[in-house]
Amino acid sequence: MMKKLRQTPSQTIGPFFAYSLTAEQYGYNFNSIVNGSLTDDTAEGKKIFIKGNIFDGDGNAIHDAMIELWQADANGNYQNHFSSNNFKGFGRLGTGTTSDKSFTFKTIKPGSVANHAPHINVIIFMRGSLHALHTRIYFDDEQNEEDTLYNSVDAERRKTLIAIRNEEDGKVMYHFDIYMQGENETVFFEI
Amino acid sequence: MLVKEYLKDLSLPAFGESIIGKFDNNLTKNARKNHDPIGERIKVSGKVMDEDGRPLRNVLIEIWQANSAGRYIHKEEIHDAPLDPNFLGAGRMLTDNEGKYMFYTIKPGAYPWGNHFNAWRPNHIHFSVMGHQIGHRLVTQMYFPGDPLFEFDPIFQSVPVHARELLIAKFRMDWTDPEFALAYEFNIILNGKSKTPFE
Repeated sequence: MMKKLRQTPSQTIGPFFAYSLTAEQYGYNFNSIVNGSLTDDTAEGKKIFIKGNIFDGDGNAIHDAMIELWQADANGNYQNHFSSNNFKGFGRLGTGTTSDKSFTFKTIKPGSVANHAPHINVIIFMRGSLHALHTRIYFDDEQNEEDTLYNSVDAERRKTLIAIRNEEDGKVMYHFDIYMQGENETVFFEI
Repeated sequence: MLVKEYLKDLSLPAFGESIIGKFDNNLTKNARKNHDPIGERIKVSGKVMDEDGRPLRNVLIEIWQANSAGRYIHKEEIHDAPLDPNFLGAGRMLTDNEGKYMFYTIKPGAYPWGNHFNAWRPNHIHFSVMGHQIGHRLVTQMYFPGDPLFEFDPIFQSVPVHARELLIAKFRMDWTDPEFALAYEFNIILNGKSKTPFE
């Protein structure tokens, strides 16, 4: 059998990614191919916002992390070809441009995919981490108990995967905080 | 493991050529205002493959780096070295049908970063790579051969000894653009299933 090639090791994203990966958000003169909008206003489905912070072990909001979301559309289908579609399903933000270090994504509430409850895949990179961190957002107004992956998580830690629904100024806002360490540490999945 | 079974095959979005601008892979041109950026012009190219050596096409590669003086354009950067008005330090491209990519850029300088007294980063280019599956999402750093700062850099040292060579580009005299730019080869192997052990 042919010898397998060895995987390229991961390295920290460091503090200076913004002028390349999230340039428009940070005001650099380089256009961005992805941003905090996973959809435009014409896509089918219920428009929602996902807002939150990423907290370190001391409870401080991290100001130089990058978070990516990847999700299915309202009918539970991934739009695998990223283009000028009105629904893209993929978004990316840094946490360094708001005074409270929060991120706010605009998207459509995803439909359920196969046997999974509606969810959003989350990928996080930050200076303090050697590799990508993967988690999932589930919604507090869905039947998550029917989701096998959700159920594979220890019952008392499942709440770290749940976004909480609020209405703010007539907008549907789901709040989802990520804790890197400590009592409320978010469940991260090994890929 | 249950989680892997559910997640490992999840596809990531495929990007099309239309998102890439004409000079996105040429950092010597994409922020040019009145003349070429200062520094040693180089070519960085290679192939993105899976662990069986199969080329991965349409993989999005985004890079960022310091300028030739070791200065990042990022607003939080504090190193006392000059910015170059003709250099941003950001680029991107998609791999072609043979998994190949190529950037023109300026060789980045070393810089002190305050991690400990007199801590200097070796010359490096940051890479963000987005392949086809969720396990193909990689952020890493490419180094240059023979850098004397390797042994002093905790970030380079965070990789196990046996895997460090995978982050060092190879000098390729045969790939140079004669009388124009020296060339370095940096191949990237993506696979979600056999990550380099870190602990």
